[in-house]
Amino acid sequence: MAEKKSVFSVFFNGLIKENPTFRLLLGMCPSLAVTTMAKNGLGMGAAATFVLVCSNLVISLIRKIVPDKVRIPAYITVIAAFTTIVQLLLAALLPELNKQLGIYIPLIVVNCIIFARAEMFAQKNGPVASIMDGLGMGLGFTIAITVIGSVREILGAGTWMGIPVTVNLFDPATIFILPPGGFMVMGFLVAAFNKIFSDKKADKKADTKAACAAGCPGCSKAMHGGEA
Amino acid sequence: MKELFAILIGAMFVENFVLSKFLGICPFLGVSKKTSTAVGMSGAVVFVLVLSQAATWLINEYLLVPNNLEYLQTIAFILAIAALVQLVETVLKKLIPSLYKALGVYLPLITTNCAVLGSALLFVERDYTFVQAVVFGFAAGLGFTMALILFSGIRERLEACDIPEAFKGMPITLIAASLVSVTFVGFAGLIIP
Repeated sequence: MAEKKSVFSVFFNGLIKENPTFRLLLGMCPSLAVTTMAKNGLGMGAAATFVLVCSNLVISLIRKIVPDKVRIPAYITVIAAFTTIVQLLLAALLPELNKQLGIYIPLIVVNCIIFARAEMFAQKNGPVASIMDGLGMGLGFTIAITVIGSVREILGAGTWMGIPVTVNLFDPATIFILPPGGFMVMGFLVAAFNKIFSDKKADKKADTKAACAAGCPGCSKAMHGGEA
Repeated sequence: MKELFAILIGAMFVENFVLSKFLGICPFLGVSKKTSTAVGMSGAVVFVLVLSQAATWLINEYLLVPNNLEYLQTIAFILAIAALVQLVETVLKKLIPSLYKALGVYLPLITTNCAVLGSALLFVERDYTFVQAVVFGFAAGLGFTMALILFSGIRERLEACDIPEAFKGMPITLIAASLVSVTFVGFAGLIIP
Protein backbone atom coordinates (compact mmCIF):
# COMPACT_ATOMS: atom_id res chain seq x y z
CA MET A 1 0.00 0.00 0.00
CA ALA A 2 1.29 3.42 -0.94
CA GLU A 3 0.83 4.73 2.55
CA LYS A 4 3.92 6.90 2.95
CA LYS A 5 3.46 9.33 0.14
CA SER A 6 -0.25 9.80 0.61
CA VAL A 7 -0.38 10.37 4.35
CA PHE A 8 -0.44 14.14 4.03
CA SER A 9 -2.75 14.21 1.07
CA VAL A 10 -5.08 12.01 3.11
CA PHE A 11 -4.92 14.56 5.89
CA PHE A 12 -5.61 17.57 3.68
CA ASN A 13 -8.28 15.72 1.76
CA GLY A 14 -10.62 16.06 4.71
CA LEU A 15 -10.01 19.75 5.14
CA ILE A 16 -11.24 21.11 1.84
CA LYS A 17 -11.71 18.71 -1.03
CA GLU A 18 -13.84 16.29 0.92
CA ASN A 19 -14.81 18.52 3.81
CA PRO A 20 -17.33 16.31 5.61
CA THR A 21 -19.75 19.10 6.40
CA PHE A 22 -19.65 21.37 3.37
CA ARG A 23 -18.81 18.88 0.63
CA LEU A 24 -20.02 15.47 1.75
CA LEU A 25 -22.87 16.88 3.84
CA LEU A 26 -22.43 14.27 6.52
CA GLY A 27 -23.20 14.69 10.18
CA MET A 28 -25.78 17.37 9.62
CA CYS A 29 -27.59 16.92 12.92
CA PRO A 30 -24.79 18.14 15.20
CA SER A 31 -23.65 20.72 12.63
CA LEU A 32 -27.02 22.40 12.95
CA ALA A 33 -28.04 21.62 16.49
CA VAL A 34 -25.08 22.70 18.59
CA THR A 35 -23.83 25.61 16.50
CA THR A 36 -25.68 28.39 18.27
CA MET A 37 -22.31 29.46 19.64
CA ALA A 38 -18.79 29.21 18.26
CA LYS A 39 -17.57 27.65 21.49
CA ASN A 40 -20.09 24.84 21.28
CA GLY A 41 -19.03 24.11 17.72
CA LEU A 42 -15.42 23.88 18.81
CA GLY A 43 -16.29 21.55 21.69
CA MET A 44 -18.47 19.32 19.57
CA GLY A 45 -15.81 19.21 16.85
CA ALA A 46 -13.11 18.22 19.33
CA ALA A 47 -15.29 15.48 20.83
CA ALA A 48 -16.20 14.10 17.42
CA THR A 49 -12.58 14.25 16.25
CA PHE A 50 -11.46 12.24 19.25
CA VAL A 51 -14.05 9.56 18.56
CA LEU A 52 -13.26 9.60 14.86
CA VAL A 53 -9.50 9.19 15.27
CA CYS A 54 -9.80 6.47 17.91
CA SER A 55 -12.47 4.50 16.13
CA ASN A 56 -10.65 4.79 12.81
CA LEU A 57 -7.50 3.45 14.47
CA VAL A 58 -9.21 0.54 16.19
CA ILE A 59 -11.26 -0.38 13.16
CA SER A 60 -8.24 -0.37 10.88
CA LEU A 61 -6.51 -2.65 13.38
CA ILE A 62 -9.36 -5.13 13.70
CA ARG A 63 -10.52 -5.00 10.10
CA LYS A 64 -8.88 -8.31 9.23
CA ILE A 65 -10.16 -10.18 12.28
CA VAL A 66 -13.79 -9.12 12.12
CA PRO A 67 -15.86 -11.29 9.77
CA ASP A 68 -17.59 -9.31 7.08
CA LYS A 69 -21.05 -10.34 8.21
CA VAL A 70 -20.85 -8.82 11.68
CA ARG A 71 -18.73 -5.82 10.86
CA ILE A 72 -21.56 -3.28 11.19
CA PRO A 73 -22.47 -4.19 14.79
CA ALA A 74 -18.77 -4.52 15.60
CA TYR A 75 -18.03 -1.03 14.29
CA ILE A 76 -21.04 0.44 16.07
CA THR A 77 -19.82 -1.08 19.33
CA VAL A 78 -16.34 0.39 18.87
CA ILE A 79 -17.75 3.82 18.08
CA ALA A 80 -20.22 3.66 20.97
CA ALA A 81 -17.43 2.71 23.37
CA PHE A 82 -15.34 5.75 22.42
CA THR A 83 -18.39 7.98 22.55
CA THR A 84 -19.05 6.81 26.10
CA ILE A 85 -15.45 7.62 26.99
CA VAL A 86 -15.87 11.16 25.63
CA GLN A 87 -19.17 11.52 27.43
CA LEU A 88 -17.66 10.55 30.78
CA LEU A 89 -14.56 12.71 30.22
CA LEU A 90 -16.63 15.76 29.37
CA ALA A 91 -18.97 15.24 32.30
CA ALA A 92 -15.98 15.14 34.63
CA LEU A 93 -13.76 17.84 33.12
CA LEU A 94 -16.04 20.32 31.38
CA PRO A 95 -19.46 19.96 33.00
CA GLU A 96 -20.66 23.27 31.58
CA LEU A 97 -19.92 22.35 27.97
CA ASN A 98 -21.41 18.92 28.61
CA LYS A 99 -24.64 20.55 29.72
CA GLN A 100 -24.71 22.80 26.65
CA LEU A 101 -24.19 19.93 24.22
CA GLY A 102 -26.61 17.66 26.09
CA ILE A 103 -27.82 14.62 24.21
CA TYR A 104 -25.78 15.54 21.15
CA ILE A 105 -22.67 14.09 22.78
CA PRO A 106 -24.06 10.53 23.00
CA LEU A 107 -25.51 11.12 19.55
CA ILE A 108 -21.96 11.16 18.15
CA VAL A 109 -22.56 7.40 17.86
CA VAL A 110 -24.96 7.93 15.00
CA ASN A 111 -22.94 10.70 13.38
CA CYS A 112 -22.71 9.60 9.77
CA ILE A 113 -19.18 11.00 9.38
CA ILE A 114 -17.70 8.49 11.77
CA PHE A 115 -19.51 5.52 10.35
CA ALA A 116 -18.88 6.59 6.79
CA ARG A 117 -15.13 6.97 7.41
CA ALA A 118 -15.05 3.55 9.06
CA GLU A 119 -16.70 2.01 6.04
CA MET A 120 -15.02 4.02 3.34
CA PHE A 121 -11.53 4.44 4.72
CA ALA A 122 -10.48 2.65 7.90
CA GLN A 123 -11.79 -0.65 6.61
CA LYS A 124 -9.47 -0.54 3.61
CA ASN A 125 -6.38 1.22 4.95
CA GLY A 126 -3.65 0.76 7.52
CA PRO A 127 -3.59 2.34 10.98
CA VAL A 128 -1.34 5.31 10.13
CA ALA A 129 -3.37 6.41 7.14
CA SER A 130 -6.56 5.86 9.12
CA ILE A 131 -5.38 8.11 11.93
CA MET A 132 -4.47 10.79 9.42
CA ASP A 133 -7.83 10.44 7.75
CA GLY A 134 -9.54 10.72 11.12
CA LEU A 135 -7.53 13.81 12.00
CA GLY A 136 -8.17 15.48 8.64
CA MET A 137 -11.86 14.72 8.60
CA GLY A 138 -12.23 15.63 12.25
CA LEU A 139 -10.43 18.92 11.75
CA GLY A 140 -12.49 19.66 8.65
CA PHE A 141 -15.65 19.00 10.66
CA THR A 142 -14.42 21.10 13.59
CA ILE A 143 -13.52 24.05 11.40
CA ALA A 144 -16.80 23.81 9.53
CA ILE A 145 -19.03 23.75 12.59
CA THR A 146 -16.95 26.43 14.33
CA VAL A 147 -17.47 28.65 11.29
CA ILE A 148 -21.21 27.96 11.32
CA GLY A 149 -21.26 28.62 15.06
CA SER A 150 -19.32 31.87 14.64
CA VAL A 151 -21.62 33.20 11.93
CA ARG A 152 -24.71 32.33 13.92
CA GLU A 153 -23.34 33.72 17.16
CA ILE A 154 -22.19 37.00 15.61
CA LEU A 155 -25.41 37.57 13.68
CA GLY A 156 -27.75 36.19 16.30
CA ALA A 157 -26.27 37.26 19.59
CA GLY A 158 -23.71 39.89 18.61
CA THR A 159 -20.90 38.04 20.36
CA TRP A 160 -18.06 35.76 19.35
CA MET A 161 -16.82 33.17 21.84
CA GLY A 162 -18.78 35.19 24.39
CA ILE A 163 -17.08 38.51 23.57
CA PRO A 164 -19.39 41.28 22.32
CA VAL A 165 -18.28 42.31 18.82
CA THR A 166 -21.15 44.06 17.10
CA VAL A 167 -22.13 46.58 19.76
CA ASN A 168 -21.99 49.66 17.53
CA LEU A 169 -22.53 47.96 14.18
CA PHE A 170 -25.99 46.41 14.16
CA ASP A 171 -28.58 44.87 16.41
CA PRO A 172 -28.32 41.09 16.48
CA ALA A 173 -31.24 39.17 14.94
CA THR A 174 -32.28 36.40 17.30
CA ILE A 175 -33.59 34.29 14.41
CA PHE A 176 -30.02 33.21 13.67
CA ILE A 177 -29.64 31.34 16.92
CA LEU A 178 -33.08 29.78 16.51
CA PRO A 179 -33.45 26.63 14.37
CA PRO A 180 -34.36 28.42 11.10
CA GLY A 181 -31.11 30.39 11.29
CA GLY A 182 -29.20 27.12 11.47
CA PHE A 183 -30.64 25.86 8.21
CA MET A 184 -30.22 29.22 6.54
CA VAL A 185 -26.58 29.83 7.52
CA MET A 186 -25.74 26.27 6.56
CA GLY A 187 -27.42 26.71 3.17
CA PHE A 188 -25.52 29.91 2.39
CA LEU A 189 -22.21 28.48 3.57
CA VAL A 190 -22.58 25.36 1.43
CA ALA A 191 -23.42 27.57 -1.54
CA ALA A 192 -20.37 29.75 -0.88
CA PHE A 193 -18.17 26.68 -0.56
CA ASN A 194 -19.53 25.36 -3.85
CA LYS A 195 -18.90 28.67 -5.54
CA ILE A 196 -15.33 29.10 -4.29
CA PHE A 197 -14.05 25.58 -4.76
CA SER A 198 -15.91 24.47 -7.83
CA ASP A 199 -14.68 27.09 -10.30
CA LYS A 200 -11.49 25.12 -10.71
CA LYS A 201 -13.27 21.86 -11.26
CA ALA A 202 -16.14 21.08 -13.53
CA ASP A 203 -17.34 18.07 -11.57
CA LYS A 204 -19.22 20.21 -9.10
CA LYS A 205 -22.66 19.21 -10.17
CA ALA A 206 -21.93 15.56 -9.87
CA ASP A 207 -20.39 16.23 -6.48
CA THR A 208 -23.37 17.97 -4.95
CA LYS A 209 -25.69 15.36 -6.35
CA ALA A 210 -23.56 12.54 -5.06
CA ALA A 211 -23.38 14.24 -1.71
CA CYS A 212 -27.12 14.07 -1.19
CA ALA A 213 -27.16 10.41 -1.99
CA ALA A 214 -23.88 9.57 -0.30
CA GLY A 215 -24.93 10.96 3.07
CA CYS A 216 -26.97 8.58 5.07
CA PRO A 217 -28.17 6.45 2.20
CA GLY A 218 -24.45 5.76 1.80
CA CYS A 219 -24.45 4.23 5.23
CA SER A 220 -27.53 2.26 4.36
CA LYS A 221 -25.95 0.81 1.30
CA ALA A 222 -23.10 -0.24 3.47
CA MET A 223 -25.56 -1.89 5.80
CA HIS A 224 -27.25 -3.76 3.03
CA GLY A 225 -23.85 -4.99 1.98
CA GLY A 226 -23.25 -6.12 5.52
CA GLU A 227 -26.30 -8.28 5.62
CA ALA A 228 -25.89 -9.89 2.26
CA MET B 1 -54.37 11.58 30.18
CA LYS B 2 -53.90 15.34 30.04
CA GLU B 3 -50.20 14.81 30.56
CA LEU B 4 -49.97 12.35 27.68
CA PHE B 5 -51.77 14.78 25.42
CA ALA B 6 -49.29 17.48 26.39
CA ILE B 7 -46.43 15.16 25.48
CA LEU B 8 -48.09 14.33 22.17
CA ILE B 9 -48.63 17.94 21.11
CA GLY B 10 -45.31 19.02 22.56
CA ALA B 11 -43.27 16.46 20.66
CA MET B 12 -45.16 16.99 17.42
CA PHE B 13 -45.23 20.77 17.22
CA VAL B 14 -43.39 22.62 19.96
CA GLU B 15 -40.22 20.59 19.80
CA ASN B 16 -40.61 19.03 16.40
CA PHE B 17 -37.71 16.62 16.09
CA VAL B 18 -36.58 17.67 12.66
CA LEU B 19 -37.32 21.35 12.54
CA SER B 20 -36.51 22.47 16.03
CA LYS B 21 -34.37 19.77 17.61
CA PHE B 22 -32.37 18.85 14.50
CA LEU B 23 -32.76 15.12 15.02
CA GLY B 24 -33.08 13.00 11.91
CA ILE B 25 -31.81 15.62 9.49
CA CYS B 26 -30.10 13.08 7.24
CA PRO B 27 -33.26 11.23 6.20
CA PHE B 28 -35.10 14.55 6.19
CA LEU B 29 -32.78 15.88 3.49
CA GLY B 30 -32.02 12.51 1.91
CA VAL B 31 -35.41 11.00 1.19
CA SER B 32 -37.63 14.06 0.91
CA LYS B 33 -37.25 14.37 -2.84
CA LYS B 34 -40.53 12.63 -3.56
CA THR B 35 -43.66 12.49 -1.46
CA SER B 36 -44.03 8.74 -1.97
CA THR B 37 -40.61 7.91 -0.54
CA ALA B 38 -41.20 10.41 2.26
CA VAL B 39 -44.35 8.54 3.26
CA GLY B 40 -42.56 5.18 3.22
CA MET B 41 -39.67 6.43 5.30
CA SER B 42 -41.96 8.13 7.81
CA GLY B 43 -44.02 5.00 8.25
CA ALA B 44 -40.92 2.98 8.99
CA VAL B 45 -39.65 5.60 11.44
CA VAL B 46 -42.92 5.74 13.41
CA PHE B 47 -43.03 1.95 13.57
CA VAL B 48 -39.44 1.56 14.77
CA LEU B 49 -39.62 4.53 17.14
CA VAL B 50 -42.57 3.12 19.07
CA LEU B 51 -40.97 -0.33 19.33
CA SER B 52 -37.55 1.01 20.23
CA GLN B 53 -38.93 3.34 22.90
CA ALA B 54 -40.62 0.34 24.55
CA ALA B 55 -37.52 -1.85 24.25
CA THR B 56 -34.99 0.72 25.44
CA TRP B 57 -37.25 1.81 28.33
CA LEU B 58 -37.44 -1.79 29.56
CA ILE B 59 -33.70 -2.29 29.15
CA ASN B 60 -32.97 0.90 31.02
CA GLU B 61 -35.41 0.27 33.87
CA TYR B 62 -34.82 -3.42 34.51
CA LEU B 63 -31.26 -3.98 33.36
CA LEU B 64 -29.18 -0.82 33.58
CA VAL B 65 -30.62 1.11 36.52
CA PRO B 66 -30.82 -1.78 39.05
CA ASN B 67 -27.19 -2.69 38.29
CA ASN B 68 -25.87 0.88 38.34
CA LEU B 69 -24.86 0.62 34.71
CA GLU B 70 -26.37 3.89 33.51
CA TYR B 71 -23.10 4.90 31.94
CA LEU B 72 -23.56 2.08 29.43
CA GLN B 73 -26.78 3.64 28.14
CA THR B 74 -25.32 4.83 24.84
CA ILE B 75 -23.85 1.44 23.95
CA ALA B 76 -26.81 -0.55 25.19
CA PHE B 77 -29.35 1.63 23.41
CA ILE B 78 -27.62 1.72 20.05
CA LEU B 79 -27.08 -2.04 20.06
CA ALA B 80 -30.69 -2.62 21.10
CA ILE B 81 -31.88 -0.34 18.30
CA ALA B 82 -29.65 -2.03 15.72
CA ALA B 83 -30.84 -5.46 16.82
CA LEU B 84 -34.45 -4.33 16.87
CA VAL B 85 -34.28 -2.92 13.37
CA GLN B 86 -32.80 -6.19 12.15
CA LEU B 87 -35.51 -8.14 13.97
CA VAL B 88 -38.31 -5.99 12.59
CA GLU B 89 -36.91 -6.48 9.12
CA THR B 90 -36.79 -10.26 9.46
CA VAL B 91 -40.22 -10.56 11.08
CA LEU B 92 -41.91 -8.29 8.57
CA LYS B 93 -40.34 -10.17 5.68
CA LYS B 94 -41.81 -13.44 6.98
CA LEU B 95 -45.17 -12.34 8.33
CA ILE B 96 -46.35 -9.25 6.46
CA PRO B 97 -44.56 -9.24 3.10
CA SER B 98 -46.73 -6.42 1.77
CA LEU B 99 -45.69 -4.08 4.57
CA TYR B 100 -42.10 -5.23 4.18
CA LYS B 101 -42.25 -4.30 0.53
CA ALA B 102 -43.41 -0.82 1.43
CA LEU B 103 -40.99 -0.15 4.29
CA GLY B 104 -38.16 -2.61 3.66
CA VAL B 105 -35.76 -0.30 1.89
CA TYR B 106 -35.96 2.29 4.64
CA LEU B 107 -35.50 0.01 7.61
CA PRO B 108 -31.68 -0.38 7.62
CA LEU B 109 -31.38 3.41 7.37
CA ILE B 110 -33.15 3.87 10.65
CA THR B 111 -30.38 2.52 12.86
CA THR B 112 -28.36 5.62 12.07
CA ASN B 113 -31.34 7.95 12.42
CA CYS B 114 -30.55 10.26 15.32
CA ALA B 115 -34.25 10.60 16.10
CA VAL B 116 -34.44 7.03 17.36
CA LEU B 117 -31.44 7.15 19.68
CA GLY B 118 -32.25 10.75 20.53
CA SER B 119 -35.72 10.01 21.83
CA ALA B 120 -34.35 7.11 23.87
CA LEU B 121 -31.85 9.46 25.49
CA LEU B 122 -34.53 12.08 26.05
CA PHE B 123 -36.89 9.85 28.00
CA VAL B 124 -34.04 9.05 30.36
CA GLU B 125 -33.31 12.73 30.80
CA ARG B 126 -36.96 13.48 31.50
CA ASP B 127 -37.77 10.48 33.69
CA TYR B 128 -40.73 9.36 31.61
CA THR B 129 -42.81 6.36 32.63
CA PHE B 130 -43.23 3.47 30.20
CA VAL B 131 -46.47 4.81 28.71
CA GLN B 132 -45.12 8.33 28.49
CA ALA B 133 -41.98 7.12 26.73
CA VAL B 134 -43.96 5.18 24.15
CA VAL B 135 -46.35 8.08 23.53
CA PHE B 136 -43.35 10.37 23.22
CA GLY B 137 -41.82 8.06 20.61
CA PHE B 138 -45.08 7.88 18.69
CA ALA B 139 -45.49 11.67 18.77
CA ALA B 140 -41.89 12.24 17.72
CA GLY B 141 -42.49 9.89 14.81
CA LEU B 142 -45.64 11.77 13.82
CA GLY B 143 -43.79 15.07 14.00
CA PHE B 144 -41.07 13.62 11.78
CA THR B 145 -43.75 12.40 9.36
CA MET B 146 -45.39 15.78 9.24
CA ALA B 147 -42.12 17.63 8.60
CA LEU B 148 -41.00 15.15 5.95
CA ILE B 149 -44.26 15.15 3.99
CA LEU B 150 -44.64 18.93 4.17
CA PHE B 151 -41.12 19.39 2.98
CA SER B 152 -41.26 16.82 0.20
CA GLY B 153 -44.16 18.76 -1.29
CA ILE B 154 -42.04 21.89 -1.33
CA ARG B 155 -39.08 20.09 -2.83
CA GLU B 156 -41.14 18.67 -5.66
CA ARG B 157 -42.01 22.23 -6.62
CA LEU B 158 -38.46 23.41 -6.13
CA GLU B 159 -37.34 21.07 -8.92
CA ALA B 160 -39.03 23.27 -11.49
CA CYS B 161 -37.57 26.54 -10.24
CA ASP B 162 -34.77 28.59 -11.69
CA ILE B 163 -32.00 28.56 -9.09
CA PRO B 164 -28.56 30.26 -9.14
CA GLU B 165 -25.83 27.78 -10.06
CA ALA B 166 -24.08 27.75 -6.68
CA PHE B 167 -27.34 27.15 -4.84
CA LYS B 168 -28.41 24.12 -6.83
CA GLY B 169 -28.89 20.93 -4.88
CA MET B 170 -28.34 21.06 -1.15
CA PRO B 171 -28.01 24.82 -0.45
CA ILE B 172 -31.45 25.72 -1.76
CA THR B 173 -32.91 22.72 0.03
CA LEU B 174 -31.44 23.92 3.31
CA ILE B 175 -32.80 27.41 2.78
CA ALA B 176 -36.25 26.01 2.02
CA ALA B 177 -35.95 23.95 5.20
CA SER B 178 -35.13 27.13 7.06
CA LEU B 179 -38.34 28.75 5.86
CA VAL B 180 -40.40 25.70 6.84
CA SER B 181 -38.70 25.77 10.21
CA VAL B 182 -39.74 29.40 10.73
CA THR B 183 -43.36 28.28 10.88
CA PHE B 184 -42.51 25.91 13.69
CA VAL B 185 -40.87 28.66 15.72
CA GLY B 186 -44.40 30.00 16.03
CA PHE B 187 -45.25 27.05 18.25
CA ALA B 188 -42.46 27.78 20.71
CA GLY B 189 -43.76 28.37 24.19
CA LEU B 190 -47.18 26.90 23.38
CA ILE B 191 -46.96 24.33 26.15
CA ILE B 192 -44.15 23.54 28.50
CA PRO B 193 -43.88 19.78 28.17
